[in-house]
Amino acid sequence: MHATRNPLSVNSHGANRRIVICAAWALLPISFLIALSFGTISVPFSNTIGSLIDTFSGHDSSSRSDLVIQQIRLPRALLAGFVGALLGICGATTQGLFRNPLADPSLIGVTAGASAGAALTIFFAGSLTTLSGFSGLSLVSLGAFIGGSLAVIIVYRLATNTHGTSVATMLLAGIAITALAGSLTNILEFFGDEEMLRRISLWRMGGLDGASYQRVAIVAVFSLVILAILPRFSTSLNALLLGESEARHLGLSVQSIKIKLVLLVAAGVGVCVALAGTIAFVGLIIPHMIRLLIGPDHRYLLPTSAVGGAVLLLLSDTIARTIVSPIELPVGLVTAILGAPFFISLLRHRHEFGMR
Amino acid sequence: MKHLIDIQNVTVMAKPSRRNNAHSCLLNTVSCHVDAGEVLVIIGPNGAGKSTLLNAIAGDNQFSGCIEINGLENEPKLRARQIAVLPQLSLLNFPYRVAEVVGLARIPHNTGRRRDNEIVQEALALMDIGFLSDRLYTELSGGEKQRVQLARVLAQIWQKEDAPNGTRVLLLDEPTAALDLGHQRLLMQAIRKLASHGVAVVMVLHDVNLAARYADKALALLCSERLAFGRIDEVINKENLKSLFEVEVEIIQHPLHKSPVVIGL
Repeated sequence: MHATRNPLSVNSHGANRRIVICAAWALLPISFLIALSFGTISVPFSNTIGSLIDTFSGHDSSSRSDLVIQQIRLPRALLAGFVGALLGICGATTQGLFRNPLADPSLIGVTAGASAGAALTIFFAGSLTTLSGFSGLSLVSLGAFIGGSLAVIIVYRLATNTHGTSVATMLLAGIAITALAGSLTNILEFFGDEEMLRRISLWRMGGLDGASYQRVAIVAVFSLVILAILPRFSTSLNALLLGESEARHLGLSVQSIKIKLVLLVAAGVGVCVALAGTIAFVGLIIPHMIRLLIGPDHRYLLPTSAVGGAVLLLLSDTIARTIVSPIELPVGLVTAILGAPFFISLLRHRHEFGMR
Repeated sequence: MKHLIDIQNVTVMAKPSRRNNAHSCLLNTVSCHVDAGEVLVIIGPNGAGKSTLLNAIAGDNQFSGCIEINGLENEPKLRARQIAVLPQLSLLNFPYRVAEVVGLARIPHNTGRRRDNEIVQEALALMDIGFLSDRLYTELSGGEKQRVQLARVLAQIWQKEDAPNGTRVLLLDEPTAALDLGHQRLLMQAIRKLASHGVAVVMVLHDVNLAARYADKALALLCSERLAFGRIDEVINKENLKSLFEVEVEIIQHPLHKSPVVIGL
């Protein structure tokens, strides 16, 4: 007698989820086109599509708008898309791993470590960075990546003993390392000259203005690998939400899964911070928002968070470039200004929308 | 005949910490055994080592001695089809729907989505929470959450044919703690039914009357040591309960089931 259930209700949940996922995917090409079309000079959508086709079919085009799109906006939009996707999916993974819907990739120390690494590079090699041989991956980016990786290694070591890795300890160690790296950056800012101060603080706010095809290539390689591997852990993350011993009782090798996830997240966030500075908010809010809409099942949450992150960063960067043109705002400022009110309204009205 | 679960001289030491240098014992040379189709309850005062023993059987903490489970697989995924564990506390605070939580139990199985959904619905119905199937877990009451977790654990070892070698073990830590009288009964009947299909059940229980009514065997633990082990009517008697809980009780016979009934004085 209990077996008869209302089949409609299940379908409507599934349909809801499908609508949200489809909407996110539909927004991706739209925001990509918007990012390509708007800027100091606006290009009509039809021309944008035309010059994209030219670019990919290898036609030589000499018009000014074509050049702007090919040389400036396309690499920048690609960088924004990849960085946004990485931040989104890494955020969703971190929240699942820490069983905390408000966890953020920066909690495990990557962001602060990378900032400190970048600040150190700016401080001690300030004059060298402009001479750097790598045009794609500048010395500052390299410093940031090393700083971020070091921070994660230290945090991970602190949280691991013979009994395994304690996620709670890792969170606390992450906070400690973040504070340490943050104060190191502050000390450097304090002793640095005006120019260093400006570069460090601009870098901390995050920006995509260094976009080039070399950077796009680097971030694309990382993104494709991480975006391909992380969704394979969906089921494991689903089980981990129950608790670690529960996940173990469901037949998962929890310790090795944790190590792999931490490494993947560190690499993903590390490369983002290295190439685009610290972009706040995307990794925290996007997964949280998507979860409110479609629930915590990582099979849907991970890919949708990646798409959502890409959309948010593409739109934010377009606004950052255009709103006080010709001056560019740091994109990190815009992500926060754009995302926060939306998130607050979601939080306030979630019961009315029947969301989770 | 070989027992399904054979526990011999199991000792669990506390993790050495700076505060207590003396190596304290959480469990001291405890032995017992359970056969397929039997329900063993572990009784004893708080901190006697009941959960420690259950965790040792589940493979969660290190011990010396021997715990042998007949036909148990080594590979974690196959093993998960044989042993299901209900912990004392559930920490789930993500807004899964109830059916999704129970569905997690089917992760180790390859029975296909359709069969899995059927099992989830059957398990929900068995725990009398079919009507909660689409509700959010985070919005449920404590007792309802407990029934969802129970349904999840039951769904993990639902069919004999899924378990390698037919070995099925159910480990429950205080499963009735948050349940009302009616659902306590419902749960114990479900457990009896599962046992009748060859599952070995080990559970920590505080309600001695519930234990006396539904369990086959009892293990009484006191201060990390075994006080008594045997048939339920051998273990639940005046003297044992006096030493376990320091209460004076009278034992009478249940008028219908002939099982012992404990009356506090």
